[in-house]
Amino acid sequence: MNLTLRIWRQRSPEDAGVMTTYEVSGISEDMSFLEMLDHLNEELILAGDEPVAFDHDCREGICGACGMVINGRAHGPERTTTCQLHMRHFSDGDTIDIEPWRAAAFPVVKDLVVDRSAFDRVIGAGGYVSVPTGSAPEAHAAPVPKPVADLAFEHAECIGCGACVAACPNGSAMLFTSAKVVHLNVLPQGAPERESRVLDMVGAMDDQGFGGCTNTGECATACPKGIPLQSIATMNREYLRATLKGAGRRR
Amino acid sequence: MSEYSHYAVGEPLVDTASPEGPIAERWDRRRFTAKLVNPANRRKLTVIVVGTGLAGGAAGATLAEQGYRVTQFCYQDSPRRAHSIAAQGGINAAKNYRNDGDSIHRLFYDTVKGGDFRARESNVHRLAQVSVEIIDQCVAQGVPFAREYGGLLDTRSFGGVQVSRTFYARGQTGQQLLLGAYQALSRQIAAGNVEMHARTEMLDLIVVDGRARGIVARDLITGRISTHFADAVVLASGGYGNVFHLSTNAKNSNATAIWRAHRRGAHFANPCFTQIHPTCVPRSGDHQSKLTLMSESLRNDGRIWVPKAKGDTRAPGDIPESERDYYLERIYPSFGNLVPRDIASRAAKNVCDEGRGVGPGGQGVYLDFADAIARMGRAAVETKYGNLFEMYERITAENPYEVPMRIYPAIHYTMGGLWVDYDLQTTVPGLFAIGEANFSDHGANRLGASALMQGLADGYFVLPSTINDYLARHPHDEVPPDHPAVVEATREVTDRLRRLLAGDGDRTPDSFHRELGDLLWDECGMARTDSGLRKALDRIPALREEFWRRIKVPGTGEELNQSLEKANRIVDYLELAELMCLDALHRTESCGGHFREESQTADGEAARDDEAFSYVAAWEFTGTGSPPVLHKEELRFEYVHPTQRSYA
Repeated sequence: MNLTLRIWRQRSPEDAGVMTTYEVSGISEDMSFLEMLDHLNEELILAGDEPVAFDHDCREGICGACGMVINGRAHGPERTTTCQLHMRHFSDGDTIDIEPWRAAAFPVVKDLVVDRSAFDRVIGAGGYVSVPTGSAPEAHAAPVPKPVADLAFEHAECIGCGACVAACPNGSAMLFTSAKVVHLNVLPQGAPERESRVLDMVGAMDDQGFGGCTNTGECATACPKGIPLQSIATMNREYLRATLKGAGRRR
Repeated sequence: MSEYSHYAVGEPLVDTASPEGPIAERWDRRRFTAKLVNPANRRKLTVIVVGTGLAGGAAGATLAEQGYRVTQFCYQDSPRRAHSIAAQGGINAAKNYRNDGDSIHRLFYDTVKGGDFRARESNVHRLAQVSVEIIDQCVAQGVPFAREYGGLLDTRSFGGVQVSRTFYARGQTGQQLLLGAYQALSRQIAAGNVEMHARTEMLDLIVVDGRARGIVARDLITGRISTHFADAVVLASGGYGNVFHLSTNAKNSNATAIWRAHRRGAHFANPCFTQIHPTCVPRSGDHQSKLTLMSESLRNDGRIWVPKAKGDTRAPGDIPESERDYYLERIYPSFGNLVPRDIASRAAKNVCDEGRGVGPGGQGVYLDFADAIARMGRAAVETKYGNLFEMYERITAENPYEVPMRIYPAIHYTMGGLWVDYDLQTTVPGLFAIGEANFSDHGANRLGASALMQGLADGYFVLPSTINDYLARHPHDEVPPDHPAVVEATREVTDRLRRLLAGDGDRTPDSFHRELGDLLWDECGMARTDSGLRKALDRIPALREEFWRRIKVPGTGEELNQSLEKANRIVDYLELAELMCLDALHRTESCGGHFREESQTADGEAARDDEAFSYVAAWEFTGTGSPPVLHKEELRFEYVHPTQRSYA
C-alpha cells in the first residue's frame, strides 16, 4: 500500500519542531508499524536525508521503549504497543499523523524520542521493598493468598511506556504510580513500607512535573497492558490512609 | 582458503580458580578463602557495571548495598528495559517444594547433561546451590510469582525435565524478575550509592598496567565521549545473538562491550555455541526486523507437520491426513513433538530444505491444534494457550483455532561469551563478566528456565562475593586522565566513529547487517559443514572491506544518531562472526546447539567426540582478520559422567 506520513521532526530539545510530510510506497500489511518506519528510514538515508529518530527495542510489546502518538492516539488505533501494531490496520492511501508523547514531564529529545526519566525517579522514591540481597526469609515463610498475588501481578504488568501520561489531558502519571503502589502495597512483603511508599511516590510524581488527575480515564483506555483505572482509586485510599495514620514521608 | 583459519594453539588455561575438594563444599571454601574488604574501605572503591539486565541490575544493587561506589551504564533510556524483560517461561530452583525428588545435585546433574558435557562442573554446582536463595530474594522483593490457593508458590516442569522446579509469573517471568532487580537498583540510585548513566553505551575498555581500570562511553543523546574509571569493571551486557540480524533479541542488544573487551585481551570462549529456539513466528518478508518467540509449551498439545509432497501450495485444510507428514512423530516415535529444542529445530530445517516448508518463502512448518481442540474442547485450549494464540493472531492475522500456526526456528540465546574463571573474572585482571555475557554454566546447550537463574545467581550472589577478593588484593592508585592507555582508547573510539561518518557510500548499516546475518544463518546456524564454514570465512573479510568502502551514515556524531549506533555495532559483528565460524570449523564434533553435519549418529543425533573436544575453546585476539590463538581449558567430569543423548 501507499501512505502519506506526517511526522513530527525536531532536531533537538531547543528546536521548535514541525510536522513534515513523507510519501511511502510498497508497504506490506504484514509489516509492523515500526518496520514501516524502518522502511522509510532506509529510503531517507539513501536519499541523503536524516532518518526519523524513535525509541524501540524488544519489538515484542514488553520492554516499553516504543511509543508514539498515531492519529492522535497513544500507540495508535489498537490497544497494544506501537511495535505490535501492524499495517493491516491501515488502508492504501491513508494519511497517518505521527507525533511524540506530549507531556510537560516528558521533554522531546529528538523527533519521536522523549525523556521519560521522570518515571525512574518516581520508582526511586519508594517503588521497591527494602530488602538487601541475602537478607530474605525463606520464600514460603509468608504465604500470599492467590487472589492477592494475582492482584499484585495485574498491577506489576506495567511496562513504563508512558502512554497513560501521553493520553491524559493533564499529563498526569497517576496510573503509572498507582500501578506500582498497588502492586507492592497489597503484598505482605510490601507492608512495612506501605505508608511511606505511597506518600513518597505521590510526592515525587508531583515534583517531577506530572499534572493532577481529573478522572477522565483516558490513561486506562490507552494502557497497552490493561492496568485498571480502579488502581488510581486504590492509591487514593492508600494515600488517605497513610495521611490519617499520621505517617510521614521518608524523602 | 582464508588466512584466518590458520590459528595457532597457545598455552592451555590451567588456572580456573576453582577450589578443590568435594563439589558441594567448593563454594563455601571459596567464600572463606576470598579476602574481604573492610566495610569502611568499601566506599573508597568504585566498580563499573555495564548493563542493567538480571545480572547487571542485581550486581549493581548488591554491590551498592555492600557499600561500594557503583557507576552503572545502559544504552536504554531506563535500566528497566534491559532485554531480560522479554523472557517468558520461568526460573529454575532446586527448592524441592513438590517433594518430587529434586535436589541441588539433580539440578546440577541436569544442567551438566543438558549442556552436553561442555560446562565446568564446579560452576554449575554452585549455580544449583545458589538457585534456592534467588527465589527467597525475589519473593521478598515482591515479585508476584504464580501461587496456589494455599498461598504457596506454584511450579511447573519445563523443557522435558522430570521434576517440577520452574517458578514463573504467567508468561512474563523475566519482566517480573527484572523489575525486582530494577527496583532494588533504583533504591540505591536514589540513595546516591549508584551513579546511573542511562542512554550511554560502552565503546571500549581501558586497561592500565594489565588491569581493567575503566571504560570509554558515548552519551547517546549528546554524542559526548567520556571516560570513567574504577577499581574493577563488570560486563553484564548480554549475549551476541544479534550478530544473526534476525533473532529474538531486542533490536539494540549488541556485542560491542564484550567484543571490545576481547580486543583488549579477554579471551572469548566457545563462540559457536548458539541456541536456536524451534517455535518462533516465521518471517513474513524481507522487511522483517526481528523474530518473536512463541512459548515452547505449545508443543505439549500441538502437532507439527508439513505436506508429504514438495511444493504443495494447497491451504492446510485442503491437505488430507494421508498426505501430511507428522515428521517428528514419525522419526522420534517415543518423544514425538516434545524432542529437545535442537532436534526439533534441525528437523524443521530439513523438511524445509527438501522443499516441503509452508508459508511465505517456504520457511515454516505447521503447528496444528485441530486434534487438541477435538480432544480437549476449544475452551480448554483457550484457557491453556489463549494469550499465545492472541499474540500469534496479532502478528500474522491468522486465527490458530481455525488455521494451523506456522512456526520456524530462530536464534534465541548464546551460550558462548567471555571466558571467566570460577570467580567470574576474565583473562584481563579486574574485568569480570556475568550473565549471558560470559560462557560459563550452560555448556553447549542451555536448558529452559536456566538463563534467568544464571543471571540472578551471578548478579546477586556470586560476583558480589568473588569480586571482594580482587578488590581487597588490589587497591589502586588513581588513573591519570592523560595516561597513554586512556588517550589511546579514546582516540580509537573517536577515530572509528569519525571514519563511519566520513564514508559517503551507497549502502545503509541495516543492509550490511542483513547480509551478514543471512550468511551466518545459512552457514553457521542450525547445521554447519566444513565447506559452508570455509565459504563464510572467505566471505566475511570481503564483506568487511565492502562495509568500509560503501557504508553511508547520515548526520553527525554530536547528536542522537541511531544510524551511527547501528553501524558502530556492525563493525564488531563483522569481526565476531569470523571468530564464530572459525570456532565452529575447528570443533569438528557435534554437541548441544553446535551441529556439524559430518558428525552425527545413524539416526541423525549429534555425535560428540569426547576424546578430542572435551574442552572449552578460549580464543585470544591478535588483530582484525588475523588468526587468533586457541587456548584450551580441559574439562574434568568427576561427578557427572558423559553419556550420549538418545531421543529415538
